[in-house]
Amino acid sequence: MHEMSLCEGVLTVLEDAAKAQGFKKVKKVWLEIGVLSGVEHEAMLFSYEVVVRGSVADGSTLEIIELPAQAWCMQCMNKVEITGRGEPCPSCDSYQLQISSGDELRIKELEVE
Amino acid sequence: MCTVCGCSEGETTIEGAAHSHGHDHEHSHDHSHDHAHPHTHETHSHDHEHHHHDDKTHDYGQGPAHAHAPGLSQSRMVQIEQDILGKNNQYANENRSYFAEHGILALNLVSSPGSGKTTLLTKSLTDLQSELALSVIEGDQQTANDADRIRETGVKALQINTGKGCHLDAHMVGHAMEPLAPEDKSVLFIENVGNLVCPAAFDLGEAHKVAILSVTEGEDKPLKYPDMFFAADLMILNKIDLLPYLDFDVEKCMDYARRVNPSIKIIQVSATTGEGMETWYQWIKATQQITMIGYQPKLTSVDSDAQAA
Repeated sequence: MHEMSLCEGVLTVLEDAAKAQGFKKVKKVWLEIGVLSGVEHEAMLFSYEVVVRGSVADGSTLEIIELPAQAWCMQCMNKVEITGRGEPCPSCDSYQLQISSGDELRIKELEVE
Repeated sequence: MCTVCGCSEGETTIEGAAHSHGHDHEHSHDHSHDHAHPHTHETHSHDHEHHHHDDKTHDYGQGPAHAHAPGLSQSRMVQIEQDILGKNNQYANENRSYFAEHGILALNLVSSPGSGKTTLLTKSLTDLQSELALSVIEGDQQTANDADRIRETGVKALQINTGKGCHLDAHMVGHAMEPLAPEDKSVLFIENVGNLVCPAAFDLGEAHKVAILSVTEGEDKPLKYPDMFFAADLMILNKIDLLPYLDFDVEKCMDYARRVNPSIKIIQVSATTGEGMETWYQWIKATQQITMIGYQPKLTSVDSDAQAA
């Protein structure tokens, strides 16, 4: 359940942004989460609701945008898309992959008022 | 510029002035687009996008506000693009500079509960303390039992109880530095909370994560918890003295670990019998030597005065 800590991280960013940009209420938050980031979406949504209670983001909705993972296959010498760690290259079955993206954990944008 | 649809005053004038939201955002298009734009909507791709490139294309979504919530007054969009772990990473970088400044090799030991992490650690401390300066941070949800076990070896240790937390974070480790005061050129072991999931995501500023897996667990653990084995640079396969009594395929386990992380190094040990421990110590010593490359002890004011004179 490190999703709880992650949501606390999100809230810190929201509170800092509220101060810096002078908004009073967060209505919606868009997160970009890579498929390899080890984050359980359901747990994230649950934790978010709990963590933001009574804060600037109380009652706001969380939208998760899942980002795919890319890797460089050293056998094919090609960029391939994978859906998990420990998975082989989808075209040649080699495990010699250099993962280049998919572990993103980013707050993309907010709807505020 | 209007933050709902991205149009600018004066930039877009539409015949018939149907665009009458007057920039107080009181308009209420309902996106079925039945409001009275008199111009023809020939190139209308209507998926929530509205931006007046010309008077024929409305593109909701290109403006700063994307109009995710058209018609809602006062709402605005804020592009933020910030890493959720940004704060933790910032603390981790501070820890990393602290370690570099003091020539400290920090190792983050991660495993599931019951892998024999503390036994491996106490054995290592006992064997290494005559050669290296050592200190330990112990992370557990509750009790100071582990720190007590460590202190029995004579090595200084600090317990962090995370309470409900399932992992150590960089901020906790930073705070531990002052009371623990690890010596310059020492090795600091950070024994994380027994958990193969959460600690993977939290950088503590360590040089390496070391994953400890015991042969009493499943050989497919690297596949089940790939994030951790990906994040680790070294895997220690512990309790190998029990292999004769178990149905554990070492080759398969190592193969699984390399599937997840082709560059992971693997050492097989038994903390109880001592088998393989020498290889682990060599790894620590070699890694510590690498940490020391480029390390310059900070001159104290007395030293610099002496140099100046």
